[in-house]
Amino acid sequence: MQLDIHGRPHRLYWEEAGSGIPLLCLHTAGADGRQFRALLNDSEITGRFRVVVFDMPWHGKSSPPEGWEREEYKLTTDAYVEQIVTVAQALGLDRPVAMGCSIGGRVVLELARRHPDLFRAVIGLQSSAFVQRYFDISYLHKPNVHGGEVCAAYCYGLVGPEAPAGHRWETLWHYMQGGPGVFMGDLHFYSIDGDVSDRLAEIDASRCPVYMLTGEYDYSCTPEASRATAAQIPGAELTVMQGLGHFPMSEDPARFRGYLMPVLERIAAMP
Amino acid sequence: MIGALQRLVNEDPALLRRGRWTSADMLLEIGDEGHVVAIRSGRIKAIPPVEMRVSRWDSAIRGTAEAWAEFWKPVPKPRHHDLIALIREGKMRFEGDLDMLMANLLYLKLVLEAPRRGAAA
Repeated sequence: MQLDIHGRPHRLYWEEAGSGIPLLCLHTAGADGRQFRALLNDSEITGRFRVVVFDMPWHGKSSPPEGWEREEYKLTTDAYVEQIVTVAQALGLDRPVAMGCSIGGRVVLELARRHPDLFRAVIGLQSSAFVQRYFDISYLHKPNVHGGEVCAAYCYGLVGPEAPAGHRWETLWHYMQGGPGVFMGDLHFYSIDGDVSDRLAEIDASRCPVYMLTGEYDYSCTPEASRATAAQIPGAELTVMQGLGHFPMSEDPARFRGYLMPVLERIAAMP
Repeated sequence: MIGALQRLVNEDPALLRRGRWTSADMLLEIGDEGHVVAIRSGRIKAIPPVEMRVSRWDSAIRGTAEAWAEFWKPVPKPRHHDLIALIREGKMRFEGDLDMLMANLLYLKLVLEAPRRGAAA
């Protein structure tokens, strides 16, 4: 689809399956919507939810905007929120559930804060208010280091150690296919611009319920970080997912499903 | 664990192919012990123990003995299952030629995880 985001024309790719309550899915930094392949193919979910997945600008099969060759990609909170709201409106999603992972898990907190009437609930996967930078990420975009290889290497250990090999390596393949500097540009939001620490109290979970699911093996957004965040949002509910890492829906869809279904049940039962 | 590393790597054709452009002398520090893992075209040529006060290497991966012991368990505990996780925990360090370490990071992670697979077998 063709959309204006931040006043610039964009060509965005999206996929959807099912009908019912709109469930808008947001992929992680440096990856794309294929991370939600299992959800799109789960008839028990698509029987009741319209599952919508889009590739962010610069990611997957979506293009960067014209003129990209002269700029450095850096994701900001405002740009991220705007693209999600714009996509939801363009696809006619009526008060969708927003479910995002990692940077997506962060931005759903911002969606709940800014737009509690546009979203009926948010689900934050690997979600926390902020993650301090803990590694020199300039290596993710250097001409003497293969970007795809190093992005996958970086993410390799963010997958839980017992994830099925097929799903682990498919998750890493998405990282190997990212555009140059895109993962690094997303991390600008994750570790610099997207700090919501001092705005958590402004989230009203009674207007827009906040569910959080965090994998125990994620050393980037740790269960401790999610606990600290959930504690500052009255009404937010956190579950720590045993054995899972930073990419639950992609690295081990079957195990993740066991944690997601009870949340979807509760959302489906909302008046 | 370190004793089995050479065999585990050299018997793994996928790992040898992944590392076919990798040649470096990498200091592996395990607590008070040091070994130089001599990698030539992805194959481990030798892993001699070294006197750490006087040693020569291209890159170093230094970890506490406790960090490596946990890392090499078949299923390590959270935040101990990955080299970068251990760096974030303050229990591991990368030093020296970082371009070499980062350009070969996936290969090196798989090499250093090989004893874990050996332990599980």
